[in-house]
Amino acid sequence: MTCAVFALLVSCSTDDSPAAPHELQNLSLLREISNDTHIIELYTATGSLEQGHNPISLRIKDKTTGNYITQAEVSWMPLMHMASMQHSCPFSGVTKTIGTETLYNGYIVFQMAENQTEYWTLEVNYSIGSVGYSAIGQINVPASAKRRVNSFVGSDGNSYIVAMATPTQPTVGLNEMSAVVYKTVSMMNYVPIGNFTIKIDPRMPGMGNHGSPNNVELTQAGELYRGTLSLTMTGYWKINLQIINESEVLKGEAVTDANPASSLFFEVEF
Amino acid sequence: MWCSVAAIAQTNDSLRKLDEVILISPKKDIALRQTKPLTSIDDYLQQSGLVSMIRRGAYAWEPIINGMASERTLVTIDGMHIFGACTDKMDPITSYVEVSNLAEATVTSGVHGSGFGATIGGAVNLKRNRTGFSTPGWTTAINTGFESNNSQKIIGSAINYSTKRFFIDTDAMYRQAGNYRAGNHQKIAFSQFEKLNLSGTAGFLIAKNAVFETSAIYDKATDVGYPSLPMDVSLAEALITSARLELKPHNSAISVWDSKLYFNSVTHIMDDTARPEVAIHMDMPGRSKTYGGYSSVVGKWANHRFKANLNAYYNQSNAEMTMYPENPLENPMFMLTWPDVRTFFTGVFLEDSYEFSCHSVLKVSGSAGNHSNTVASDFGLESMRIFYPEMPRTNSRLLKSLAASFGFKKGIEYGFGLGYGERAPSVSEGYGFYLFNSFDNYDYIGKPGLGNEKSFEANLSLGYANKSVSARISAVYFKLRDYIIGRPDPALLPMTLGANGVKVYTTLPKAAIFNAFAEFECALSARLRSKTRFGYSLGRDDQNANLPFISPFHYNLSLIYKKDAFSGELTLGGNARQRSYAPEFGEDATPGYAIVNGNAGYGFALNGYRLYTKIGVENLLDAYYSTFADWNNIPQMGRNFYLNLIFRS
Repeated sequence: MTCAVFALLVSCSTDDSPAAPHELQNLSLLREISNDTHIIELYTATGSLEQGHNPISLRIKDKTTGNYITQAEVSWMPLMHMASMQHSCPFSGVTKTIGTETLYNGYIVFQMAENQTEYWTLEVNYSIGSVGYSAIGQINVPASAKRRVNSFVGSDGNSYIVAMATPTQPTVGLNEMSAVVYKTVSMMNYVPIGNFTIKIDPRMPGMGNHGSPNNVELTQAGELYRGTLSLTMTGYWKINLQIINESEVLKGEAVTDANPASSLFFEVEF
Repeated sequence: MWCSVAAIAQTNDSLRKLDEVILISPKKDIALRQTKPLTSIDDYLQQSGLVSMIRRGAYAWEPIINGMASERTLVTIDGMHIFGACTDKMDPITSYVEVSNLAEATVTSGVHGSGFGATIGGAVNLKRNRTGFSTPGWTTAINTGFESNNSQKIIGSAINYSTKRFFIDTDAMYRQAGNYRAGNHQKIAFSQFEKLNLSGTAGFLIAKNAVFETSAIYDKATDVGYPSLPMDVSLAEALITSARLELKPHNSAISVWDSKLYFNSVTHIMDDTARPEVAIHMDMPGRSKTYGGYSSVVGKWANHRFKANLNAYYNQSNAEMTMYPENPLENPMFMLTWPDVRTFFTGVFLEDSYEFSCHSVLKVSGSAGNHSNTVASDFGLESMRIFYPEMPRTNSRLLKSLAASFGFKKGIEYGFGLGYGERAPSVSEGYGFYLFNSFDNYDYIGKPGLGNEKSFEANLSLGYANKSVSARISAVYFKLRDYIIGRPDPALLPMTLGANGVKVYTTLPKAAIFNAFAEFECALSARLRSKTRFGYSLGRDDQNANLPFISPFHYNLSLIYKKDAFSGELTLGGNARQRSYAPEFGEDATPGYAIVNGNAGYGFALNGYRLYTKIGVENLLDAYYSTFADWNNIPQMGRNFYLNLIFRS
C-alpha cells in the first residue's frame, strides 16, 4: 500500500521498506552485527542481556538501500566460547513480530554468564528469497543480580535448564509468572520439555521466611509454562521451586520448618 | 411546659433514659463535684454505666459501649466524624482531645445513637467547651495536677474573653508522665507519655439570632508507650477544625438550626526503636483525614419535639508498613496495611419525641444513609486482589435504622424500647491487609464484600426517685445478624513473626449481647449520700461461644460527703472473676478484684478568685490487678496519690 504512494519517489520492492519508528517502542538497541550486505540490529527491553531468559528482537537493514527487510527466514545460534570447548544454550526460533513490518523476535536462555576469558557469540542466519546470509558477533552476557535460571540434574538422570521469563518488573499483587524448561540432550542440543509442573513457594528469608497466599503452580500453556506469583510486599523474595514429572519430583524440596529453602529457586527483588 | 423532677440522677433529661450526660469541664463549677477534675477523658467516660474501656497502656483507652467496641459504636466530637489513624487501634478518638476542650460527653445507648451516623452499640458525642456571650469580660483559669504513681504532671491554662457579640476561648494543656507502677511496686516499662493540647474557639453574634463560630483543636502526643503492645508511638497528632453557623429562628417550630463544616487530620506513627528485642525493625505510619458537614434542626410543634439532621463525611485512611531486613544491602519490605480507603457517607436522621402528657413520652427515630468505600491506591488494590481477585474498586451500601422507645414517669418511672440498626464494616474489617492483633496473636485480613451488620435491640428500664432516694434498673438485649468477626483460615500462613496464623474477616449468622445494670442513690443525711452501681453483661456467638470484651459482673459503691465548700468521697469498686471469656480471641479468665479510692476537695473563694483543690488516692490498698479489657493482661496502676488545683478568675 505504502509502495503505491511512494512509487514515484522511491523505488520500492515488497521485500523491504523504511521502518516506522513506533515499531521500536519499549526496545533499546543492544548492538549491531554486520556482514558485507546487511546490518543486524539487536534489541532488548533494557538494551542489555543478562544470564537467564532474554527476549531479543532484531531488524535486518540492507546496507545499500538503507531499508529494513520485511520478509526473511531467520534463525540464530548462540555459542559460548570456553577455555577448552564450546557449547550452546536453549533458544527459540525467530519469528516475525506480529503487527510490525521489520521486527523479528525470539528468546535465548543463557544458562551461564560470561567472565574474563569466556564469552558468548550470536550467529544470525537469514535468507531473503533464495539467498542465504550469515552474520556473527560477540554479545555481552553479564551475571544477573538475582537468580533467574537453574541448571540441574533431575532424579531421572537427565540434565535440565529452567528459566524464569516473567515477571520482569514484579509488583505487589498477583503477577503472571512464566518460565521455560529445556532438557540438555547434548552441549549443542537443548530440547523444550512440556507436561511438567513447576510448583512455586515464594518466601521472604529476611522476614521469618513467610510466604504468600494464592500462588498458582506453573503448567504448560503453549511455548511457556504459566502460573501466578503472589507477592504481598516489596523486598527480596526467594521463589522456591519443585519440578514435577507426573508424580515424580525431579528436583527441589518443599519448604518446611526444618528446610527453609529449596535447592532449586529463583529470586526477585523490587 | 416540660415537666422536670429534681432528681439526684446524672441525667439532665430524666425521661430520655437511654442518654447519659457526663459533665466534664474544669471551667465550670461542677469541677469540685468531679472525683478527679483533671483526669483523662477516658476516666470521665467510665462514669457511664454503659461504657467500659479497653486499655492498652496508661494512655488512650478505647471506649466500649454496651459491650461493643469502636467498629460498632460512634464517637463524634460535636457531631464531627473523626477516625483514628492506627491500624492497631492505639489511637481512639478520645486520645486526641483533652478535658480542657470539652464541656460534656453524651452517651446514647443503641440505635437511638444514630444521630450523626450509623451505629449499633451506641454513641458518644463529646461536646466542646464554649464560654458564650452571657458572661462578659475576661475569665482565666490555671489548672495544675500531679499524680504520684507515674509522676504525671499536668498544667493547663484557659484564657477567655467575651462581650455581648463576641467571645474567644483559648485553652492549653500539657501532660507528661513516666512509667507507672502496678500493685506490689511492679514497674511497667514503656508506659510513659507526653501530650500537648491547644485549642481555641471564637464566636460572633452576627445577628440577634445568629451565631457564627470557628473552632480548632491541635493535639500532639509524643513518646507514648504501650506496654501491652510490641510497639510504642513516636507521634500521635491531630488537627480538628470546624466552622459553624447556628440560627435560632423566631416564631418558628424550629428552635435551633445548626450547620457545620469541618475538617480533621490525624497522623499516627508507631515506633519500635525503644524496644530491646525486635525481630525486625519496622516503620508504621498512618494517616486519616476527614472532611464533613452537617445541618440539623431541633424544634417543637404541638406535643412533638423533633430533631432532624443531614450529615455527610469523606474520609481518607492510609497506613503503611516498611520493614528493614538485617542485610542492609537488601531492599526494604513495603506494604500498605490500609490501602488508601476513601469512605463517603451521606445520611439523614429524624427523631420525634411525642409527649402524651407531662408524664409520658414516645420517642421514634430513624436514619438512612449511603456508605461507599473506594480503594484509591492501585498498589493497595493489587494487594487486596491477592485474596479477592474479582473485587471491585468501590463498594457501596445503604444503611438504615429505626427505633422507638416509650417512657413514663410519675413517682415511679419505666420505659421500654425496640430498635433496628445496621452498620458498615470498618476500614480494617473491609480492607485491612495483614493487621497483627497482639491480643490473640493473629494477622487479620479484611474482606471487602462484607454485608451490613444488623442489630435488633430491645431495652427495658424501671426506676423510682424522690428527694432522698433514687433507684433504677435497666436492661438491653441485642440480637445481631451477620456479626463481623475474624475467623482463622488454616490455609494461610502468617506474615508477622511469631503469629499463630491468619484470620480473615467474615460474618457469623447470629450473635447476641445482653447488658443489665442497676443504680441506687440514697441521701443518708443532709450532707452524706451513697451511690451504688452494679452491672452484668453476656455475649454469645452463633455457636454459643463467648464473645470477647464482654465485662464480667462489676460493682461500684461510693459515699459522698458535702458541706459548703468541702467535699469528700470514698469508693469501693471492682469486677468479679471473669467466667465468660473467649479463648479464641486471646482472652483468659481474669481474676476478680476490688479497688478502694478516696478523695477530698475544697473550694476557696478569695476576692472574686476561686481555687479548687482536690487531693485523693486511687487504689489505696495498692492492689495488683488487671481487668477483662486490659490488652494482654497488662496490670493496672497501683496506689496513686493525686492533687488537682484549679484556679479561676
